[in-house]
Amino acid sequence: MNAKAQSLELLTQIRQRLNSLLRRGAAPSGARDLPERSGSSAFWVMVQKELGDHIRSWRFTILIGIIVLACIGSVYSAITSIRDSGTGQGTGGSFLFLKMFTSSSGSLSIPTFTTFLSWLGPLIGIALGFDAVNSERNKGTLGRLMSQPIYRDDFLKAKFTASLILIAVVVFALGFLVTGLGLLTIGYPPTPEEFWRILFFLIIAVVYIGFWLNLSILFSIRFRQAATSALSGIAAWLFLTLFYSMIINLIASATAVPETAALSKQLRHAHFILALNRLSPTELFSETITTMLSPGIRSLGPLTMDQLVGAISAPLPLGQSVLLIWPQLTGLLAETMVCFGISYYLFMRQEIRSRN
Amino acid sequence: MNRMAESVIELDGLTKQYGGFTAVNGLSLSIAKGEVFGLLGPNGAGKTTTILMMLGLTERTSGSALICGFDPARSALQVKRRVGYMPDDIGFYEDRTGLDNLMYTARLNGIAPAEARHSAEALLEKVGLAASGKAKVGTYSRGMRQRLGLADVLIKNPEVIILDEPTLGIDPEGVRELLALISDLSRNEGITVLLSSHQLQQVQQICDRVGLFVQGKLIACGDIANLSRELNQELHAEVELAAQPWTPELADRLLALEGVLGLNTGEWKGENAPPGSILATLECDRNLTSAIASEVITAGAELHYIRRKEPGLDEIYHRYFEKKEEGA
Repeated sequence: MNAKAQSLELLTQIRQRLNSLLRRGAAPSGARDLPERSGSSAFWVMVQKELGDHIRSWRFTILIGIIVLACIGSVYSAITSIRDSGTGQGTGGSFLFLKMFTSSSGSLSIPTFTTFLSWLGPLIGIALGFDAVNSERNKGTLGRLMSQPIYRDDFLKAKFTASLILIAVVVFALGFLVTGLGLLTIGYPPTPEEFWRILFFLIIAVVYIGFWLNLSILFSIRFRQAATSALSGIAAWLFLTLFYSMIINLIASATAVPETAALSKQLRHAHFILALNRLSPTELFSETITTMLSPGIRSLGPLTMDQLVGAISAPLPLGQSVLLIWPQLTGLLAETMVCFGISYYLFMRQEIRSRN
Repeated sequence: MNRMAESVIELDGLTKQYGGFTAVNGLSLSIAKGEVFGLLGPNGAGKTTTILMMLGLTERTSGSALICGFDPARSALQVKRRVGYMPDDIGFYEDRTGLDNLMYTARLNGIAPAEARHSAEALLEKVGLAASGKAKVGTYSRGMRQRLGLADVLIKNPEVIILDEPTLGIDPEGVRELLALISDLSRNEGITVLLSSHQLQQVQQICDRVGLFVQGKLIACGDIANLSRELNQELHAEVELAAQPWTPELADRLLALEGVLGLNTGEWKGENAPPGSILATLECDRNLTSAIASEVITAGAELHYIRRKEPGLDEIYHRYFEKKEEGA
């Protein structure tokens, strides 16, 4: 009896503390904003409202449905493949847990979790952003909103922040879901390094989806029709994921140097093609995640035999992997910033009229 | 201090150009506190552009504006805090309730949630939407939206409200109610109201002063009585009459009267007009109504109807257009 009362008391205490925390989170400047009455509080009000709108919307429900299904499928496939390849192999033990994310069963032909994420992630980004600004404009709410005492850029930032928070929640939830399922099924806990690698991978995925979100917000500012902006977003996505590499292949074969050419020439050509490839955020993302999740990868460019001489065949430590992908990550962030910059520039100069 | 009390909106040489096209051309206007001012003009006259410039929602090309003592181009936030603006086709978040929409606006104005809810409910009561506050805005009729728009404008306790075409697309009864509400606000709460419209008669009822705005220029400004007086001095009086029988001789006799400048005839479509009777409009250089009447009687015809046309806002508007065309 006594123990029960104690635990009840503890529960109420925790609840109170949680409530106070939540309240602090909901109105970050509750006490301060009264004299000032502007800026930050309005920004968080907008973020709250956007988040609510997204979560209630049908499209978000449908997307989550698709992604959860894909995720379960890929986990199943990964588990099958891990079981098939057996535990007999000596190297199987190292970074076995990361295989949950990267391996798939040959017999099931279901892509891996990372493939799913790099395919469907952009779709979440586009779906959350393609009508961010133009729908407000078409509904006539933009003029009303802009005549409230809020900064114009706050509106844009609120749209972006709300969607990004949602994306982060979804990505982390999925990532930890996979981790949890892995723990349950293979019964093999991740090492701290594996855990950090997974965390890094999820952060990179959020950044990548954030890029697509930003691109689609840009389209939503540029195009007055939501359909046009959605189609442009999807077109860009298809182009970068499917056709871009084909075009690069075309260029590669057209400019190919003969095999007998000097090593420096061949290397220059390889670097040129790689640089072209790396213009695409999709390529940057795939390079970063393979590096993060496959510690065996030690270089993302061409390596000569000379460079390999004396190399110890062992996985890279986490710090080295991060160092390896740092340029890619910077590139991804830069592309996101460029999109945001253009959106900002376009939006600040646009005239706010009600529907036209 | 005194100047502030006198004029809340002060525009001077406000100009907006889009490329080569001048939407607003050198607009100077001063609106006093507590006044209801009607900005009248046809579609595309630049009314909305003017309003957007006053709110800092679009950049002006030249000139200056001072709203409540603040420059909208420099301190837009200060202006927006004091000015409530209702766009011409106001939009709400359709899948949220009216109350939610109002509360959102209140929260954006930095009002705490509990207080926001309280004042949103009070305002819904005031505009007659208390019963529909919990319904989604998607189910609202046009008139209800317009009233919700008014509540949305008022929730920030504005000093000035700017209404862009507030009566657009609502039925006559709805217009009457809305205008009564607006005029009430101005009288009882001392809110300055600027409303733009192209529907003249409606606005006539509640405006203290009107400005006629055509092709980016304010061509006349003042109260309606003044405007018509001004016009009467400049323009010719028109007398309408219907006489039976209407003969060419009578027409000649009337035209022969001193001061009659012209005669137009058309079918009389009055309520108790006998079929086929004729309505004549005489253009005179002064008010000749009684002279015309006695001429008709002495000619032996029956005078059924005679009226000197009083220029309503419609007329004023129309005449200004004519004058403009003549000038061009």
